[in-house]
Amino acid sequence: MIGSIAALGAGLAVIGAGIGIGQVGGKAMEGISRQPEAASKIQTAMIIAAALIEGAALFGVVVSFLGLR
Amino acid sequence: MDFRPVLNSKKITLGIVLSVFSLFVSVKALALQEKNPAEPATETKEEAKFDPTETIMEHISDSHYFHIGGKLAMPLPVILYTDKGLEVFMSSVFEEGEKIHGGKYYKYALVHDKIKAVTGEDKTEDTAAKVFDLSITKNVASMLMSVFALLLIFLSVASAYRKRIGKAPKGLQSFLEPVILFVRDEIALPNIGYKYARFMPLLLTVFFFILINNLIGLVPFFPGGSNLTGNIAVTMVLAVITLLVVNFNGNKHYWAHIFVPSSVPVWLWPLWWVVEILGIFSKPFALMIRLFANITAGHIIVLSLISLIFVFKSVAIAPVSVAFVVFMDVLELLVAMLQAFIFTLLTALFIGTAIEEHHH
Amino acid sequence: MNPLVVPDLGLVVWTTVAFAFLFFILAKFAWKPIMAAIGERERSIEDALLKAEAAKEEMSRLTNENESLIKQARAERDLILSEARKAKDQIVSDAKEVAHKEGARMIELARVEINNQKAIALADVKNQVATLSLEIAEKILRKQFEDQQQQDELVSQLLKEVKL
Repeated sequence: MIGSIAALGAGLAVIGAGIGIGQVGGKAMEGISRQPEAASKIQTAMIIAAALIEGAALFGVVVSFLGLR
Repeated sequence: MDFRPVLNSKKITLGIVLSVFSLFVSVKALALQEKNPAEPATETKEEAKFDPTETIMEHISDSHYFHIGGKLAMPLPVILYTDKGLEVFMSSVFEEGEKIHGGKYYKYALVHDKIKAVTGEDKTEDTAAKVFDLSITKNVASMLMSVFALLLIFLSVASAYRKRIGKAPKGLQSFLEPVILFVRDEIALPNIGYKYARFMPLLLTVFFFILINNLIGLVPFFPGGSNLTGNIAVTMVLAVITLLVVNFNGNKHYWAHIFVPSSVPVWLWPLWWVVEILGIFSKPFALMIRLFANITAGHIIVLSLISLIFVFKSVAIAPVSVAFVVFMDVLELLVAMLQAFIFTLLTALFIGTAIEEHHH
Repeated sequence: MNPLVVPDLGLVVWTTVAFAFLFFILAKFAWKPIMAAIGERERSIEDALLKAEAAKEEMSRLTNENESLIKQARAERDLILSEARKAKDQIVSDAKEVAHKEGARMIELARVEINNQKAIALADVKNQVATLSLEIAEKILRKQFEDQQQQDELVSQLLKEVKL
């Protein structure tokens, strides 16, 4: 039971991260199409932002780990 | 019709290589599966049901054995610091957790891959004994190997620099120089500023330590196979180092910003202190969790995909599973570098804010 | 609690020891020489570039200088040549003038002499003509006045002409 709830929690955390990373990626694409010459800089910033968001999602996953076992 | 251009295309070649590879791996999985029912006499109760959670946990947590392949495992030295004295023996005495070892001072048993002092044959815990486990576990052994590898690599590179003063880099040196310059020009300089040189050794060490251990963690067999940077103890030590370095280098502006913020009304100061002091600890805490969770999550996903083969008890699922594993491994390669980069970047950023000259 | 999120203290100790060891060894024997060498090389490359730039500038400066020197020399040469030419012209014209003057003087002298000689000659001619005419006249008269009558006639005519 706790395991299932933990899995639900992990899933919810991933939804948030998915939305967040989607936003970051979409905006980065917009930025690149607007200024293709800044593509490499935008990409770096995008990857960093995506990693930070992913970190937040993984917090959620870790918290759901806490419940396991 | 001439099919040669189609056959020559890179995608086709890659596809063939991947399918041959997945076939090979699935044959291996088949062999594993066939081997398991071959010895039902000894392990009837264990083979009853495959529990992926247990398998995955076993693979990503620490161990007193270094598994090489199949049933072959290398015993590692156990070092126990007890209240009566030091005990040193090899982990082979436990025989994979089956036996209880009578040491000099206490009796020990392996419970869930952890060494516990026990009272008798029934593995009940001896609460009177104070035992501190300082064993060379799988992670420690892997870490010592990575430290040795790093020393070997960078001392040889350093000697190359000493021998070839003012000349163009060569060999390993030219491979690593862009990475070192990347740490300097993309991580240290923009985030710390002109005082970056003092923190370069720390940033470089942290970067390469995390990177090499991330990469070793991706290797599924003997020298690799550990989950070192996906272990919260390791990331905790790294995060604590960041915490200490940041706060010991904080200048008066940094502390003034925390304790006497001029732009905040005085009646809000107590609340401000709580928030800021929480911030001091939450930043390295986030570093710790981020690295741990990213690497562990990667390992869990890869192992889950492999477990699918055993859950469905079908070889047919193997190519799909292996294809996904290859994809995830490539992604993990990216994550391994990205996490080393992010950890170092954020460390540099925190140091930068702590030593920043005031400009309000 | 899940065992994954519980830090194992033994591993904490080992990580601390290993990381500290790695950090101090690498900081002393690897990062220091590597960073120093990289910095040194960057500086030397920058220096070399700056020097090359300076050399280029020096080169162009020298070229300019040479060019201006050549130009100056050429101008000087031209000046000297033109001066020489002027001097030559001067000398030639001076000589011409002198010669001219001398010539003129000599011509004048010659003319004066010629005139003198001419005058002398003319005077001589005049004398001779006069003598000759006198002789001729004497001879004519002698011939004409051989006849008496004619003489009388003339005398009478002349007397008539004279009015007293």
